[in-house]
Amino acid sequence: MLKIQDLHVYYGGIHALKGISIEVPKGKVVTLIGCNGAGKSSTLRAIAGLIKNKKGTITYNGSDLSKLGPVEVVKSGIVMSPEGRRIFPHLTVLENLRLGAYSRSDAPQIGKDIDWIFELFPKLRERKDQKGGTLSGGEQQMLALGRALMSAADVVMMDEPSLGLAPMLVKEVFDIIAAIHQQGKTVLLVEQNAFAALKIAHYAYVLEVGAIVLQGTGAELIADVRVREAYLGG
Amino acid sequence: MTWAMFVQHTLNGLTLGSLYALIAIGYTMVYGILRLINFAHSEIFMLGAYFVFWGITLFYLPWALAIVGAVIVTASVGILVDRVAYRPLRDAPRISALISAIGVSFFLQNVTIVVFGALPRQVHRPAWLEDPILMGDVRVLPLTLFVPALSLLLMLGLVWIVYKTKPGLGMRAISKDIETSYIMGVPVNRIISLTFGIGSALAAASGIMWALRYPQLQPVMGSIPGFKAFIAAVFGGIGSIPGAVIGGVMLGVIEIMAVAFFPDLAGYRDAFAFVLLIVILLLKPTGLMGEKLEDKV
Ligand SMILES: Nc1ncnc2c1ncn2[C@@H]1O[C@H](COP(=O)(O)OP(=O)(O)O)[C@@H](O)[C@H]1O
Ligand SMILES: [Mg+2]
Repeated sequence: MLKIQDLHVYYGGIHALKGISIEVPKGKVVTLIGCNGAGKSSTLRAIAGLIKNKKGTITYNGSDLSKLGPVEVVKSGIVMSPEGRRIFPHLTVLENLRLGAYSRSDAPQIGKDIDWIFELFPKLRERKDQKGGTLSGGEQQMLALGRALMSAADVVMMDEPSLGLAPMLVKEVFDIIAAIHQQGKTVLLVEQNAFAALKIAHYAYVLEVGAIVLQGTGAELIADVRVREAYLGG
Repeated sequence: MTWAMFVQHTLNGLTLGSLYALIAIGYTMVYGILRLINFAHSEIFMLGAYFVFWGITLFYLPWALAIVGAVIVTASVGILVDRVAYRPLRDAPRISALISAIGVSFFLQNVTIVVFGALPRQVHRPAWLEDPILMGDVRVLPLTLFVPALSLLLMLGLVWIVYKTKPGLGMRAISKDIETSYIMGVPVNRIISLTFGIGSALAAASGIMWALRYPQLQPVMGSIPGFKAFIAAVFGGIGSIPGAVIGGVMLGVIEIMAVAFFPDLAGYRDAFAFVLLIVILLLKPTGLMGEKLEDKV
């Protein structure tokens, strides 16, 4: 279980997260929805160890993560697939995947996991020696998720994986997220595509200007009139 | 000009060019990752040469041991310079690290003056390096063959590290996107140290061979070769390792050939590099092999 309590994040004078608390139970899909600038990315980046100027506690299976740097966070079993995909355009698909496994040293298992990723995303196998930058947007998103999975982390945080993709691909991305969950991963999903996210989430939080304003199961929030008005277009 | 002379000049050019290339690689690797011009790099080159001299005259080490020891110690100095002078400024504006680099450069030069004295010192080469080799009409010093060959070996080793090993993959990743490398578990600071270590080791190798080729040591001996190697790196496209190699070799060959063909210009020898730089910056601002430079935030 990943547990965040009273998390504050500051950017210089900006108080971007004003004390939020989130729980991500093992094996569940939890989503964080909200408008642009609400603080969704800041939450994930704080968990990932990228933000130094923060307060509050972040624990994973009881051990404190709040003082750890990004490399230690990955090693402790939590990985982030960043907003905007951020694949390495000059590295091949295979190298991108190997890079995702950088924190590991179990070479034989890494080889097997690459095969597993190629089964999950057959398109990546066809393009394995191609430079990441030559892939289409949808393929790049698959590579970004595959790269994160290569860390062998149990908790996968995804920052807006459907951003900028055509509607058909958006559906594919959500199918993939469901598949990743089926594989036994715990998922913390950040999305602006609220409806699709709520549909696959066991539990959801609504973030507004750095604070959680609503929470409940995915089904509860889809039915909630405030959510329907603000995020689901009435 | 006879054929034999042409071959001789070419070999001399390759020798000088390899020495520039080895230094240029260090500039380009550090720039590729940190967008920092490591002005102290020319002093790292100089220290490599001094450490060998020190090992031999003070500790009576055999040449081979003195050279290996000097390369290791110089690489450690390079890593230390990053730790002490650049790492604390990673999040500061880029100009701060640049000024810090200039400071380190002066510091190392002056420490060398204090420790070794400001006067030039002769290097006594092993005797077997003094006898010219005859190949038909071509007469060359052993170093003229040895330097390009050893440099090529070192560069092949570098290519292997960068393209075939895990730390090399890490280097290529952080040169594009440090933050994403971090969240994928790449120990960025360790890889940066490794980069400084490798660049410094290559500069030390260059400095040592330089001191054998032009057998004199001086605390400021790194300035001119360092500056030319930096120009070679920009010429080849800063950030690109093949660019640094091509830039360095071309600069060496052009410099030797220009003097050979136009002996009257010998006095302007050091200016060729700048002319070349100006021409390339006008024609292709990113250098021969350079990619588009996106500004790093
Ligand atoms: N690096 C930064 N420097 C200053 N302000 C930032 C930075 N990153 C985010 N912010 C601010 O923090 C708030 C939350 O941003 P973010 O977490 O990116 O929101 P979201 O991901 O929900 O769109 C916004 O007001 C944004 O402008
Ligand atoms: Mg965001």
